[in-house]
Amino acid sequence: MNCIIIDDEETARVIIQQLCSQVDKLNVVQDFPNAIQAIKFLNKEEVDLIFLDIHMPDFTGFDFIDTLKNPPKIILTTSDKDFALEAFEYDCIIDYLVKPITLPRFIKAIQKAESTPAVSPSAASVEQATATSSAEENELYINIDRRLIKINIPTINLIEAKGDYVLIKTEKQNYTVHSTLKKVEEKLPDDLFLKVHRSYIINIKKIIDIEDNSVLIAKDVIPVSRSNRPELMKRLNML
Amino acid sequence: MNEAPNLVYIKELADGSKDFEQKLIAIITREFAEEKNEFFENYNGKLYLKTAENVHKIKHKIGMLGFEKGYQTAVDFEEGLKENDPSLYSKFILILESIEHFLKTL
Repeated sequence: MNCIIIDDEETARVIIQQLCSQVDKLNVVQDFPNAIQAIKFLNKEEVDLIFLDIHMPDFTGFDFIDTLKNPPKIILTTSDKDFALEAFEYDCIIDYLVKPITLPRFIKAIQKAESTPAVSPSAASVEQATATSSAEENELYINIDRRLIKINIPTINLIEAKGDYVLIKTEKQNYTVHSTLKKVEEKLPDDLFLKVHRSYIINIKKIIDIEDNSVLIAKDVIPVSRSNRPELMKRLNML
Repeated sequence: MNEAPNLVYIKELADGSKDFEQKLIAIITREFAEEKNEFFENYNGKLYLKTAENVHKIKHKIGMLGFEKGYQTAVDFEEGLKENDPSLYSKFILILESIEHFLKTL
């Protein structure tokens, strides 16, 4: 089985490589310190199995899975036991390994992977996501995994640029879409949203507080560029 | 704290390969120092959610080095930080110091 490893911790990647080397049938094609690099790789290559860390900064393992059109078999690797329930919601996830991973437990997961039928005929590929909107109705549709997902615009907290992707954070969920901040900005109502930094658009109504050159939105501290600060201050209803 | 770090897990994983053992210890030592610095930076800045993420990462190394009670302390500390409760800080620091000292002896 051709596999890849995605984990932001080098120690974890080296350990999984070592475990793979002790199982004849496994061939580690490549490992990645983040999900974005892996997505680019999967645009060109097919794999049979992915060892995927859930807890990564910016782009979680579940965010990654949501971008895959035909996900291959996935074994989650994590230091958290709490995500097990969420993992069961994905057909492609065949096992859940808690770090530090032992060889006997690893082998058991591989046996499970071998005995589980392939999730889809082809291996992983990534849907080019696009966004369409219906501004009049306060709705933004994003295309993820061939599904058009409706987002209620006022529930968006912020949008963050991440290379070729944008991360849309709403009150309840985060979405990663292949798009640019500029394209998303065009779809959002000006009265509600403001670009405060080259990598961030925020929902002004969601601001909790402002301190120097940053704003707090939900649990995120967002930088405010010096050039964008006057416009932000202008838009606030201040005493 | 009665627990002491050990290399049992790493040696089992290495399966007799001294090269792998040395390679892994070098990576752990480097990453641990980076993660510890980031932890203190965030903790001192009272950025408890970010500190919880640092603890989350360090937790893996605590487990690898054979701490059992220490691992649970890290789990509880991480959860506490998410709730703005840093009360297990002192206990956690003892584990970090123990690991730091241990890695220097290798």
